[in-house]
Amino acid sequence: MAKQLGLLFDVTMCVGCGACYEACKAQNELPKTNDEPLKDHLSSETYTVVEQYGDVYTRKMCMHCTDPTCVSVCPVGAFEKTALGPVLYDADKCIGCRYCMQACPHRIPRYEWSSMNPRVRKCSMCYERVKEGLPTACAEVCPTGATQFGELDELIAIAKKRIEDNPDTYYPHIYGLEEAGGTNVLVLSPVPFEQLGYTANLPNKPLPTYTMAALDKIPSVVGIGGVFLAGMFWLTKRKNEIAQEEQKTNGNNSHEK
Amino acid sequence: MKNNLIKALTSKITFWSSVAAVIVAAGLYSTFLRFTQGLGGVTNLNDAFPWGLWIGFDILCGVGLAAGGFTICAVTHIFNIEKFKPLTRPAILTAFLGYVMVIVALMYDLGRPWAIWHAIIMWNTHSVMFEVAWCVMLYTTVLFLEFSPIMLERFRMKKTLRVLRMALIPIMIAGILLSTLHQSSLGSLYLIVPNKMHPLWWSMLLPVFFFLSAVSVGFAMVIFESYLSAKAFNHGLKLPLLSQIAGVMSVVLVVNLAAKFIDMAYTGDLPYLSVMGPETYLFYLEILIGTLIPVAILSVRKYRASNKWLYIAAVLTVAGFVLNRMNVSVTSLEASSSVPYFPTIYEISITLMLVVLGMWAFKFIVRNFPVFEAHEEQPKIIVDAKAFRESGWAMQNK
Ligand code: SF4
Ligand code: SF4
Ligand code: SF4
Repeated sequence: MAKQLGLLFDVTMCVGCGACYEACKAQNELPKTNDEPLKDHLSSETYTVVEQYGDVYTRKMCMHCTDPTCVSVCPVGAFEKTALGPVLYDADKCIGCRYCMQACPHRIPRYEWSSMNPRVRKCSMCYERVKEGLPTACAEVCPTGATQFGELDELIAIAKKRIEDNPDTYYPHIYGLEEAGGTNVLVLSPVPFEQLGYTANLPNKPLPTYTMAALDKIPSVVGIGGVFLAGMFWLTKRKNEIAQEEQKTNGNNSHEK
Repeated sequence: MKNNLIKALTSKITFWSSVAAVIVAAGLYSTFLRFTQGLGGVTNLNDAFPWGLWIGFDILCGVGLAAGGFTICAVTHIFNIEKFKPLTRPAILTAFLGYVMVIVALMYDLGRPWAIWHAIIMWNTHSVMFEVAWCVMLYTTVLFLEFSPIMLERFRMKKTLRVLRMALIPIMIAGILLSTLHQSSLGSLYLIVPNKMHPLWWSMLLPVFFFLSAVSVGFAMVIFESYLSAKAFNHGLKLPLLSQIAGVMSVVLVVNLAAKFIDMAYTGDLPYLSVMGPETYLFYLEILIGTLIPVAILSVRKYRASNKWLYIAAVLTVAGFVLNRMNVSVTSLEASSSVPYFPTIYEISITLMLVVLGMWAFKFIVRNFPVFEAHEEQPKIIVDAKAFRESGWAMQNK
């Protein structure tokens, strides 16, 4: 398997210039949606945002989960986790049930609500670029290196080392290492992550395991249930027949007497 | 005959039928908007709240209220308890209409309804939604087959009838299995949002709760319809049968409630019961009207032997069930989504229209097909003059 790619975003290094926001718009040919980039929010026309929380800035975008919820819930398999890591969406398959939006633990997918042929929209980790060996558009333009593109293993090592070397600077947690089974986008922060609008109450096991626990029971429900129902049908029918026969013979007996 | 028909039709222009006409007109207008403006134009759905009234009521409740179809089939055709046979047809009819309503509602709710057939060829067996889609398709077919003998009888197609009768038991077994899967899978849909849902409702046992509550509400619907049909057409079902059904219903309601509390005790969610807030109040309300009051009513023998009280208990059970589904699909997710959701007048009018159309279809079919079986031994009780007129008309039409 090819090496997994990913992004590391370091809140302590972000200066809130919004270059990644603009680069993403340009890369994906998205229209301008807000005069002040820092006040924008994710939408069907904005795949990443830079948000200000007091004197720190953070980014929001698809986390490209290791075991993505969106991939598991889509009834028609419109989402795909590529071997390189990016999670991609195929509008040609989508039926528009919006289960992916309901289920995504990071609340990422956005919908074209006013379209008559609506699609789900989100960051693709610049798949077209990264599969050619280029960095993502947002990482390429980042002036400080706050957004860094690379191989996931290396990014994890870098993140760990930063926390180790500067324990006073960082909140001691790499967001994305374990959340809901882990993600290909990692975040470092000086403050706890819920203060930056990240979902903090996620279990460490991938969310699809919850539904698989229920889906796994289907074969036994069908198998045992089918045998049980057929058996009950045969038994109760037989019982009724015997009861009827008995009634008949009893009736005849009393008649003879 | 023609005169009678006209008389029957004009005498029907009552308050309720004008309300129904207004609802359908409004619904049609909203339908036009839905398919010209898109989902954003008619619904209050948004990126933070992608599922609303149509999923919560039309789909979750529609499927649940149809549950009588499989529970009664199991009782009459698998456990062969003959005396309940008169319940089968109305239950199957309700289920069939319920599923048709679900499919129609899906056409409104899906962003790309014309692509719905993708679910047939593009498989993702990890998706609960995939399971739901297949159950809807297969079970609607099964319900159609289960219901078709009634039509065949009406049109006297004896040969087809005989073929179908032979296949009926396997069809019914398939129907019961599909329903079991389907009712519970609607609960499984929400297993994947443990971090978003309020702990009063999220549980690994959601599929079990959905199944049990569907079973009880299926019985409630049978009682409910039987009462209304007795009023309107003068052919309802026998009281002792309904009392027994109501008894089973209370047992299932109690089992479901007990399971819920045991589960909460086990997972340590009980403290949430004393955190006062809108969620907690709605949770209590759901249990009160959907379980405690109906069970209390039915525990009194005198009430259990009264058509009216059975009806009241059934209506409460249905109301509590609807509240439960709305709580799961809307209330429990509102806090974490940070935007309040309330449906638009368009969403509401489309939902109401589907309900009215369903009731019209039910009325029409009951009136023209042998749904409530004619060979009831009980003497027919005339409820009021209007019903008498109507029943006269219905009989002449036969
Ligand atoms: S963050 Fe959401 S949309 Fe992105 S891969 Fe994970 S589950 Fe899918
Ligand atoms: S909206 Fe489309 S992509 Fe999302 S789960 Fe439904 S079918 Fe799949
Ligand atoms: S990886 Fe590409 S699509 Fe994603 S936020 Fe960066 S520029 Fe936008």
